[in-house]
Amino acid sequence: MKEIVEFRWHGRGGQGAWTASELLARTALHEGKYIQSFPEFGPERMGAPVTAFTRISTKPIRIHCAVYEPDVVVVLDPTLLKTVPVASGLRDDCVIVVNSADEVAKVRENLKTKKGHLWTIPATEIALKILGMPITNTALLGTVARATGIVALESVEKIVKERFRLDIAEKNFAVIKEAYQEAKKE
Amino acid sequence: MASLVKHEKNAMSGDEAVAYAAKQSDVDVVAAYPITPQTIIVEKFSEYVANGEVETEFVCVESEHSAMAACLSASVTGARAFTATASAGLALMHEMLFVTSGCRAPVVMAVVNRALSAPLNIHCDHSDSMAQRDSGWIQLYAENAQEAYDSIIQAFRIAEDLDVLLPVMVGLDGFTLSHTLENVETLPDDAVKKFVGTRRLPNVLTHEGKTVPFKLDPDNPMTMGPIALQNYYFEFKRQQEEAMKNALTVIQQVNDEFAELSGRKYGNGLVDAYCLDDAEIAAVCLGSTAGTMKTIVDELRQEGVKAGLLRLRTFRPLSVEEIRSALESVKAIAVMDKSMSFGGYGGAVFHEVRHALYEANAQPFVVNYIYGLGGRDTSPRELRGIYEDLQRILQTKRVENPIQYLGLRE
Repeated sequence: MKEIVEFRWHGRGGQGAWTASELLARTALHEGKYIQSFPEFGPERMGAPVTAFTRISTKPIRIHCAVYEPDVVVVLDPTLLKTVPVASGLRDDCVIVVNSADEVAKVRENLKTKKGHLWTIPATEIALKILGMPITNTALLGTVARATGIVALESVEKIVKERFRLDIAEKNFAVIKEAYQEAKKE
Repeated sequence: MASLVKHEKNAMSGDEAVAYAAKQSDVDVVAAYPITPQTIIVEKFSEYVANGEVETEFVCVESEHSAMAACLSASVTGARAFTATASAGLALMHEMLFVTSGCRAPVVMAVVNRALSAPLNIHCDHSDSMAQRDSGWIQLYAENAQEAYDSIIQAFRIAEDLDVLLPVMVGLDGFTLSHTLENVETLPDDAVKKFVGTRRLPNVLTHEGKTVPFKLDPDNPMTMGPIALQNYYFEFKRQQEEAMKNALTVIQQVNDEFAELSGRKYGNGLVDAYCLDDAEIAAVCLGSTAGTMKTIVDELRQEGVKAGLLRLRTFRPLSVEEIRSALESVKAIAVMDKSMSFGGYGGAVFHEVRHALYEANAQPFVVNYIYGLGGRDTSPRELRGIYEDLQRILQTKRVENPIQYLGLRE
């Protein structure tokens, strides 16, 4: 693992981008890592594009600013690909995780960059099926765990069960597990 | 260190860390009014009260002016008082800040640094606490959530020291620290309680010639903060200045003692010098920016550039001697300000640091960067540019523009 891995989450207000960022951070902390999790501190409204950040490191994290050149970009809402510069600051070796039911090639085209290793997951469909609501954050968390290998699925389970009421935690972990298994790599 | 106590590893925001530190510090009275981005502190603390986890009297006041009045009143009865505020809340306290320091009431306050209106802005800069720098309060600025936790605990010891008896504000950067989840290692309750101890009071002579503890007490009535005109006012102010000087020593002692307990140390308590021993260029800053700057110093050092950083952990009292000796070898210095001093020559930190260097043996170049107002994020690339400017100044031996605005559209 790189000493410090930086994540940038793109979602819409209400989809739980910051919660996903926080759950990932708490999971990494549980595994003994150093973490940071914070939203982009702008106005947050239901449905408006929002950004959140996670840093995970093997050493104490000193840096305190937004993530400009992420190692991992996560897109919680497919409509953001056309409206938000999600590919900003990407490097060749980064990981991009996108919620989309489209073919991977189509998602790549919409990304408008050739950089990075692309993973896709039909997160909205999974969330609707299991949660009955289009809240995609936990599905993306499962996909991120798979695509990056940065945290173990068992650790995610533990943290999700700590964070949510039991019935909600179980449904969300079902989402996470399905997303972990169904994630598609380009 | 064998004597270190066991830590609990948590993920906490800066605000949560502050509330937790206050909870463990055996506070008698909290009087506070919520304001973004300080609100979490007040919310958390009122939860502790509601859950019976603390015995603190929580006073819901109608404004920050009243919050400080209530903390002052509690403090002069010998109680330990704590509050937290930000921005306009601190500005509204302005009058009471002077009364509190003038009464020598060791109130501790977290200031979650936020810009002042207008235009309305809820994000971080240091305009709020810089506007209070002459209010007679000690000012510490935290680099991260861990230090915010540690500094609140230390602040009670500093404030209540009988050689000091001054209120202390601990600044933490709004959102950047207050709302960011980070690793925070907390100490056990009993270790904090023991470290902070019970509040001691100096003895004073009453008008009847009795020696009593200095506090409002119906059995030994006394007046506090009474009128003092041309006859005594000046002497009171001179004593406050003496207390500030004493604080320079006490802050270092408390920092050392805390390190023995926790293993964590913030420079010498006054300044945190990073790679300065042989530095030729250096920046000076406060708060969370220092962490980012340290990563840039590491990068530059790997490239063979003799760069360093001085973080002023304590801004009041200003540690002139330490600043001068830490920057002794440095030939070009960039002082960073997260607030404006309108019509002044650069920002407040620049004034102070440049002033401290006036009597330095070798006169370095000293320039000012005003940055991050209203929470504007400053990227590592922009911050690195400061060091590149300093290198250019050293090469050309010329300063083109001593006061610059970093990350500003002009």
